[in-house]
Amino acid sequence: MNRNDPEILTRLETRFPATLAIVETVDQPTVAVAKESLIDLFRHLADLEGYTMCLDVCAVDWMPTNPRFELVYHLYHPGKFARLRVKSRVEEDGTMPSATAVWAGANWAEREAYDLFGIRFEGHPNLTRIYLPDEWEGHPLRKDYPLTGPRVD
Amino acid sequence: MGLTPAQPEVERSILLTTVDKMKRWAQKSSIWPATFGLACCAIEMMSVTNSRYDLARFGAEVFRASPRQADLMIVAGRVSQKMAPVLRTIWEQMPEPKWVISMGACASSGGVFDNYAIIQGVDHVVPVDVYVPGCPPTPEALLFGIIKLQEKITLGLPPKYLELAPEPGTKGAWR
Ligand code: SF4
Repeated sequence: MNRNDPEILTRLETRFPATLAIVETVDQPTVAVAKESLIDLFRHLADLEGYTMCLDVCAVDWMPTNPRFELVYHLYHPGKFARLRVKSRVEEDGTMPSATAVWAGANWAEREAYDLFGIRFEGHPNLTRIYLPDEWEGHPLRKDYPLTGPRVD
Repeated sequence: MGLTPAQPEVERSILLTTVDKMKRWAQKSSIWPATFGLACCAIEMMSVTNSRYDLARFGAEVFRASPRQADLMIVAGRVSQKMAPVLRTIWEQMPEPKWVISMGACASSGGVFDNYAIIQGVDHVVPVDVYVPGCPPTPEALLFGIIKLQEKITLGLPPKYLELAPEPGTKGAWR
């Protein structure tokens, strides 16, 4: 059963006509937005649209294109049981605005993206490694990280 | 001293052995493993204590939560780079003599996980006495591994870490 809210796309398009792009998908409404207007969109979604849960923050490495990384935010509306996907890109040496200002639950997901991709989130309360040992060098899920890491055997 | 009527009776009920043999027999019949399940292999390790396989028949069913009460570490599953120092600490906390069974492809060689996160064989971290192959090894295979370890103890062979120890006569060496 698809409980998604398809009208969300038209509502968002009229609200953010300049910054928002709709992405064609088969499963759930998806929008792409520049990282500068990300937090504005998030606040609108959380406070006015009712998307009060941030389920996950995923990262994609699109090397060698520029901007290199893409962040994918999965949002949820507990009242309508509706899901929404937001995509945004960031350069290798750039920083991403942290979604923790809107959803505190994005904290660990962003630390994971930092740990494995080396994406820096501005305004994150505790941006440290979450899975790997603290003294680890490099970010293993980057496309240019060797598969076996620093190991030689 | 002459024969008393009780003598034949006494001879029938006394067994002679050496203290050494006796000690080894006691040791092999009460190998207590430390709980160290790391991945899917741990499920098979758990089932080996169930009534169907009944590890208790071999005196090794008492899985200890504290390494200080354990003789055997069954490394069941893949050891990550982050877990390796923890595993080594736990092994060092176990009282001597101690043995290690590496259970499954991952613990023995890294298995299919030839990547940055997994140690390629737990013998990089602790000395291993018995390797049990399989992915996962069946409970029978683990039982067989434990029986092999018992044979090793009965024969009086040193645990692997003593085998690897330096020069005879120096501290920590076997004999
Ligand atoms: S050997 Fe197979 S069953 Fe055992 S931990 Fe590795 S993948 Fe899991």
